Amino acid sequence: MRQAGELDESVLELTSQILGANPDFATLWNCRREVLQQLEAQKSPEELAALVKAELVFLESCLRVNPKSYGTWHHRCWLLGRLPEPNWARELELCARFLEVDERNFHCWDYRRFVAAQAAVPPAEELAFTDSLITRNFSNYSSWHYRSCLLPQLHPQPDSSPQGRLPEDVLLKELELVQNAFFTDPNDQSAWFYHRWLLGRADPQDALRCLHVSRDEACVTISFSRPLLVGSGTETLLLVADQSPLIVEWRTPDGRNRPSHVWCSQLCDLPAASLSDQLPQHTFRVIWTAGDAQKECVLLKGRREAWCRDSATDEQLFRCELSVEKSTVLQSELKSCKELQELEPENKWCLLTIILLMRALDPLLYEKETLQYFQTLKAVDPMRAAYLDDLRSKFLLENSVLKMEYAEVRVLHLAHKDLTVLCHLEQLLLVTHLDLSHNRLRTLPPALAALRCLQVLQASDNSIESLDGVANLPQLQELSLCNNRLQQPAALQSLASCPRLALLDLQGNPLCQEGGILDHLAKLLPSVRSILT
Amino acid sequence: MADNLPTEFDVVIIGTGLPESILAAACSRSGHRVLHVDSRSYYGGNWASFSFSGLLSWLKEYQQNGDTEEETAAAWQDLIHETEEAIALCKKDETIQHTEVFCYASQNSGDSVHEIGALQKNASSVASSTFTEPLPSAELPEERHSYVTNNEMPAKHASESDSKISVEEGDVEESPEKEKYCGDKTCIHPGSDGDKVENKPIVDDDNNQLKRNVITYHQMVQESRRFNIDLVSKLLYSQGSLIDLLIKSNVSHYAEFKNVTRILAFREGKVEQVPCSRADVFNSKELTMVEKRVLMKFLTFCLDYEQHPGEYQDFQQCLFSEFLKTKKLTPNLQHFILHSIAMTSESSCTTLDGLKATKNFLQCLGRFGNTPFLFPLYGQGEIPQCFCRMCAVFGGIYCLRHTIQCLVVDKESRRCKAVIDRFGQRINADYFIVEDSYLNKETCSDVQYKQISRAVLITDQSILKADSDQQISILIVPPVEPGASSVRVIELCSSTMTCMKDTYLVHLTCESSKTAREDLESVVKKLFTPLTETEVDKEELRKPSLLWALYFNMRDSSGVSRSSYCGLPCNVYVCSGPDSGLGSEHAVKLAETMFQEIFPSEEFCPPPPNPEDIIFDGDDKQADAPGTHTTTVANLESPEESKKLESPLQS
Repeated sequence: MRQAGELDESVLELTSQILGANPDFATLWNCRREVLQQLEAQKSPEELAALVKAELVFLESCLRVNPKSYGTWHHRCWLLGRLPEPNWARELELCARFLEVDERNFHCWDYRRFVAAQAAVPPAEELAFTDSLITRNFSNYSSWHYRSCLLPQLHPQPDSSPQGRLPEDVLLKELELVQNAFFTDPNDQSAWFYHRWLLGRADPQDALRCLHVSRDEACVTISFSRPLLVGSGTETLLLVADQSPLIVEWRTPDGRNRPSHVWCSQLCDLPAASLSDQLPQHTFRVIWTAGDAQKECVLLKGRREAWCRDSATDEQLFRCELSVEKSTVLQSELKSCKELQELEPENKWCLLTIILLMRALDPLLYEKETLQYFQTLKAVDPMRAAYLDDLRSKFLLENSVLKMEYAEVRVLHLAHKDLTVLCHLEQLLLVTHLDLSHNRLRTLPPALAALRCLQVLQASDNSIESLDGVANLPQLQELSLCNNRLQQPAALQSLASCPRLALLDLQGNPLCQEGGILDHLAKLLPSVRSILT
Repeated sequence: MADNLPTEFDVVIIGTGLPESILAAACSRSGHRVLHVDSRSYYGGNWASFSFSGLLSWLKEYQQNGDTEEETAAAWQDLIHETEEAIALCKKDETIQHTEVFCYASQNSGDSVHEIGALQKNASSVASSTFTEPLPSAELPEERHSYVTNNEMPAKHASESDSKISVEEGDVEESPEKEKYCGDKTCIHPGSDGDKVENKPIVDDDNNQLKRNVITYHQMVQESRRFNIDLVSKLLYSQGSLIDLLIKSNVSHYAEFKNVTRILAFREGKVEQVPCSRADVFNSKELTMVEKRVLMKFLTFCLDYEQHPGEYQDFQQCLFSEFLKTKKLTPNLQHFILHSIAMTSESSCTTLDGLKATKNFLQCLGRFGNTPFLFPLYGQGEIPQCFCRMCAVFGGIYCLRHTIQCLVVDKESRRCKAVIDRFGQRINADYFIVEDSYLNKETCSDVQYKQISRAVLITDQSILKADSDQQISILIVPPVEPGASSVRVIELCSSTMTCMKDTYLVHLTCESSKTAREDLESVVKKLFTPLTETEVDKEELRKPSLLWALYFNMRDSSGVSRSSYCGLPCNVYVCSGPDSGLGSEHAVKLAETMFQEIFPSEEFCPPPPNPEDIIFDGDDKQADAPGTHTTTVANLESPEESKKLESPLQS
């Protein structure tokens, strides 16, 4: 019938019988839409009004059969969107009724948001509605989520402050509400998720973090706060050397030119004068037009490199998990969570929140305590042990970076830390010595390529199987990989791309058992002066 | 008319209290011929509810109880054969004592009050001169029914409160909406609303300073019918046996219920709300965060305490109150759990009993709302009437104001054969069920009764003000001296259809140690002030004012065992009057055990066949022919239908 174009009331009648019994039949809803569109052109306004009214009644009856039918709710959206004067008040009432039956019906929540947006219901009214539903049953993701959309609308903040933040008085009220929920039932996840949203999880603002110039490699490297794609037609980076703009080609360290934290540019086609050691100094400036930011550094006579960067310590880079500005708020949250933890020593949500709060407050001060909480958390939530290990590794790495920067050195010690994963490698652009030995790493990830200044890498006593990341490291001279799980000489292939690698220690790896391995390696890595097996 | 009563029955039931009414329904439902009589002019016996003037006449009756004339025994003694002997039944009700009434509301327009009161009483007695009239509700449409049809409706509000039944009878006019009905009534009795307005200035003249709308005695009498004052004050546990029975037997269709909205506690001279459900705890402003957690933790534990024996094993023989002290609960939480949730005694309840009571309370939560209790609209007195109605639907015959003179016992078999009514008519039956208060002194000579102390108060505002003034609250006031009985306070608002607008009906109940007033007055004083002493200045802080108060003691025969009655034939069964407990579990259990003793092989109150089901079957057969459309409609309706069946009490 559909193909024959016979789209009249009889189709409505037929489909209504099927949809009345089973509303999850998308094709038939499509059919109805076609019919209704057709009839719209043919019928008088009165007839059409009657038709629409019947359709609304029919939809309601379908929703009663299955209140969670995607098709039905969608059809209702479509229908109301086409009406010249839709009765939104009635639709809101319908939502309220369905939510009374099942306050967690997210289909209906979606529809309500649609209706509220169409009817321009003031956010305050909708907030009051979520209040009433949370009062009845606070285990309601949808309701909490709706609040997180409504509150920023109700309390718009000046542009300068991070997005989605709330004024302190509102925030404190919401925190109290959500605390009521998790003290009443600490195993209810919805409240914890809302709590985490309240404490903020703003992404760090886009920024140009670091600019590094190396005389030897004739190379300029920059790092962004998040992976970006640089190139024509996307983000544009202008390089100005000694006041004159240079046309350069930006590449990622791995050469794949995908969105990346780190981008480098060879300066080989510059006028030789720009890097000559004769002049007292050279000034390099990178201008990031889209991000409205720039960085400048001066390469002095006699120096091999120069850089300019934002310190992780100044920017509180690692606290963005919970980015509430007021530490008093965080302190009081920490206090109540600790109270709760005393009552519920085995509650994983509470433990995790404590850890996050401590990180946000002062990662170094709470380091020891945090590690203890991690241990407890792993014991009560063994299902997420691997996730927790990774999170712990991340926090430890962050702390080590902070310590390194406070000490103003370029050496990072991460030995004996039980690390399972490496992250924030883009922060380590300037590191020259990295000690990763005695951890639980299984791989040296590609992001390691960001370490443009790395000279010595110690990664002995891990479980490393692959070395993808140890590639294109211009400064790398020494690499120790004792007691790992390297099986095949082929795994070392990438090392060939490190021009200065001179010392490689492979003792205690399975591949050392192979006969003729030294010859094989010598062929594979001809430039490496000394290979220990 | 009574001469026309049939003389052969299977079961004769004397007394229309709750257990008797349940038994009547059960027997009639099982197909037995039931005669259900009560010597009183109203249904329910001591389970009854009264309008305000109805209660006044009830009081009068008890005050005059002494001078009921001793009827001549000769009238019926002649009817006893030689092989028989008679056990006379008691004509004097001695279950109510120490009635004391206090009126604090202005009685200024005293003359007219008297007139109206008298008028109403006349009206009711005229109307109920036939025996069929239930309660003094003279103007109700049921008047025209006569018991001969076997189909009369004992429930006095049946026609308004249950549209289903009315529809069955095909009489739409009979089921006007409640408001409409009330509206009509206002027209018949001019003065409820209009008069109030006229009255106000008078009141203001009397108490110049008062701004509030003060209810006068005059108004209470005029609006008498807005009151449905229970003699016993009980609630229904939403998972209790009475609810289960009401649902199972479909008797629930004859009544409507409201959820109790608040559980209150009285602590340190203040009334406060007890958070008991998850939502309550979440919303509570009074509890600290830590208290919330501790309370929830304890309540969650109580829900399946059997699974955690380690938590309470060492305390099993200790007092529950001692056990609570070991649970890190703050004193207010201990109070809430002990008195308001477990509702147990501080000085006698063991840990195990306390846990059991707490669990029971918690299991009842959430079935129909946020508290574990339901209250029947129009009062507790509705419930026995609903069962009577079910009995009548299945052919039971009802006679109020029908005194039974004696039981006739066959000397040889020692079985009761018949009863003789006040007209000297002999009515034969196999089984006889008699309410305790009908038994004579000799039969009860060995029986030790307990007493219940009751107070009924009419007040002008709630004991705990809240956003809504329509709250139904229960409050347990623990005894001052340990060991004494705690006092149960149930406060009803006007939307329960038990009191007039702008008033609250408050019931106090406890086990008696002295007279009702001596037992309860101290609690009344703590919670209320007499209207005359109300301080005008502190409008916000003032306690609710007492407008009217009644104290009385009611006999509690619930603990009496069958063997304490002497000389009763084995086929005479005795039902006890109301007990002092909060639920009606005792009455249901009594009725069920008794029914199973009498008819061991029959099911107790099975669901009656649903008339709609029968129609549906017919429909289905026809529906095959015309096509699928009708089935679609049936399908659409079915989810709603099933929901109704699952929770017919949802209000």
